[in-house]
Amino acid sequence: MIDNNQLLRFTTAGSVDDGKSTLIGRLLYDSKSIFEDQLESIENTSKQKGHEGVDLALFTDGLRDEREQGITIDVAYRYFTTPKRKFIIADTPGHIQYTRNMVTGASTANAAIILVDARHGVIEQTRRHAFIASLLQIPHIIVCINKMDLVDFSEEAYQNVISQFEDFSAKLLVKDVRFIPISALLGDNVVNRSENMAWYQGAPLLHTLETMHISSDLNKVDARFPVQTVLRPQREGYIDYRGYAGRVASGVFRAGDEITVLPSGFTSKIAFIDTYGGKVEEAFAPMSVSITLEDDIDISRGDMLVRSNNKTEVSQDVEVMLCWLNNQPAKDRAKYTIRHTSNDQKAMIKEVIYKIDINTLERNKDDKQLAMNDICKVKLRTTKPLCVDSYRDNRVTGSLILVDDATNETVAAGMIV
Amino acid sequence: MSKYYLNYLDELESEAIYVLREVWAQFQNPVILFSGGKDSIVVTHLARKAFYPSKIPFSLMHVDTGHNFPETIKFRDDLVKELGANLLVGSVQESIDQGRVAEEKGKNATRNALQITTLLDAIESHKVDCAIGGGRRDEEKARAKERFFSHRDEFGQWDPKNQRPELWNIFNGKYFQGEHFRAFPISNWTEMDVWNYIRRENIAIPSLYVAHEREVVWRSGAWIPNSEFLVLEPHEEVVTKKIRFRTLGDITITGGIESDADTLDKIVDEVSTMRQTERGNRSDDKRSESAMEDRKRQGYF
Repeated sequence: MIDNNQLLRFTTAGSVDDGKSTLIGRLLYDSKSIFEDQLESIENTSKQKGHEGVDLALFTDGLRDEREQGITIDVAYRYFTTPKRKFIIADTPGHIQYTRNMVTGASTANAAIILVDARHGVIEQTRRHAFIASLLQIPHIIVCINKMDLVDFSEEAYQNVISQFEDFSAKLLVKDVRFIPISALLGDNVVNRSENMAWYQGAPLLHTLETMHISSDLNKVDARFPVQTVLRPQREGYIDYRGYAGRVASGVFRAGDEITVLPSGFTSKIAFIDTYGGKVEEAFAPMSVSITLEDDIDISRGDMLVRSNNKTEVSQDVEVMLCWLNNQPAKDRAKYTIRHTSNDQKAMIKEVIYKIDINTLERNKDDKQLAMNDICKVKLRTTKPLCVDSYRDNRVTGSLILVDDATNETVAAGMIV
Repeated sequence: MSKYYLNYLDELESEAIYVLREVWAQFQNPVILFSGGKDSIVVTHLARKAFYPSKIPFSLMHVDTGHNFPETIKFRDDLVKELGANLLVGSVQESIDQGRVAEEKGKNATRNALQITTLLDAIESHKVDCAIGGGRRDEEKARAKERFFSHRDEFGQWDPKNQRPELWNIFNGKYFQGEHFRAFPISNWTEMDVWNYIRRENIAIPSLYVAHEREVVWRSGAWIPNSEFLVLEPHEEVVTKKIRFRTLGDITITGGIESDADTLDKIVDEVSTMRQTERGNRSDDKRSESAMEDRKRQGYF
């Protein structure tokens, strides 16, 4: 069993030859998370391809096209457990045309690993990965300076990358950045401490992931409860039962709390908080519960319960950072379905304020087209009010997606400013 | 450390309940694909928790290959009765009789791939718009790419290279007439998590998962149960062994492992020291490197 049984979700980003797949393979291999039949299959493939030794990178190949082309196309999820923690890796492709997959992987991550080739230092792609990590407000960033074996394990090469990265990241909103010199190929500082870099006093990567403080990553202050569905059991003993089912987005709710229903503004008190295992005194993020109130109020999916002394903004006009995810560019003044928490509305992109050049971070106010992988600040107008917080304060109530009704595809991801 | 954090099993449970409630809210006629295996049993248990004190609002749909372990069918019927749920059965035998599919030929013939047609027919005839499955991303490399809400076109096909991006926990279950969705509430669980959860919640499972004596035949590196459907090769010999199953499927393709694990505690211990993946004993996955991807593209579970 795991003692410190928390779950840590992290994403990995790197350029094509930065050794990302090798790093993941190394983490899984050295933490003994690869099964014998999987290893056997990788050994066979390595031999067939004429590789020397076992190519750990093959472990992360998934779809047939990915194996054939030797690249990652879609987000793949990997799992491993150590005596300290359970981990979920969102393995995302690094190439620019897959920015949308990187955004997807980043959206649920507590930590991001950004790989930098020690020989090349910080390059355009590194800046893009760091920008996306900061845009998606990933709480912890670990910059792994890889291929240290190819620069003679030189401390100078490591320090160079740090100063290059810090020059750039000063412009970004990142709270916690760490730097670890590694060799994914040889295993230095991945799971085991490197014997080739005595000058590095910090912890290896796995130890860092195992001990990083993540309990404070969730917003514990602003109590928000988007209602997913209403439970009205038509059975003996529960005739008047009306439970509002949902998952606490942030903060803490307790029986007896004064709450306000948004956007209607009705107020009531929490009668009790229910679960299958029985009533609980308090519910906090990310618990799934059902809440019953003292008064009968008209509440349905899409409404949000908040504590009366701490409400969200309620508005039909929101400014968001929008990342366009679809081949089809945004249509001028077109209406989209907007989904924000459990709420569905129609929305129109009223104005594109600027587009960000994700390589230089410069704002371009002249280019207003929203095409695949573009990130723009826009103004949205919705048909009915949304209950919103800024994404910086709340990753659940500050995020939204746009769906094109003509194709039903998810075309954009938005972070409320 | 703050007391306001969930341990990993509680977090996974809460995530799965959230997914199940989204399915209920976004679809008209969702069902749980129930095989009688541990993963679909856990999903059913989670559904019970998600809608308590209401009854499970989903029908259970079973795709019956006709090559069942008798224990699985009894378990299914008992559970359906206990839940007061509605059971829908799609029969592979009927699909064969109606000429919708043809039985595979040769010595390794199974009905595994035939299930795809039966499943898609059942989804269509019962007007199901979302089929909830117990698939997990750690099971297999094609499954590692699955979304929680996974779109299927009007032919029931999965297009892994053109999936809808799924951000945060906002799910897009919109579809056009004739299309449907698959939903995977326990996507993020591993085999170990499932067993730890079964133990913690004391969930009833078919006796097949627990070590027991059984007549078996050694074939392709696993103990295949003797049954009326098994055609013995001349050199093969039926022996009695104490075994248990790590996964349950069609009786002709599910291999057991020798084991003394006859309690949940012992099973959890055994699984934690396993050096082979659980699907390693499933001959359906061994046919080629992309066996699962190919079947999933066509509409498999």
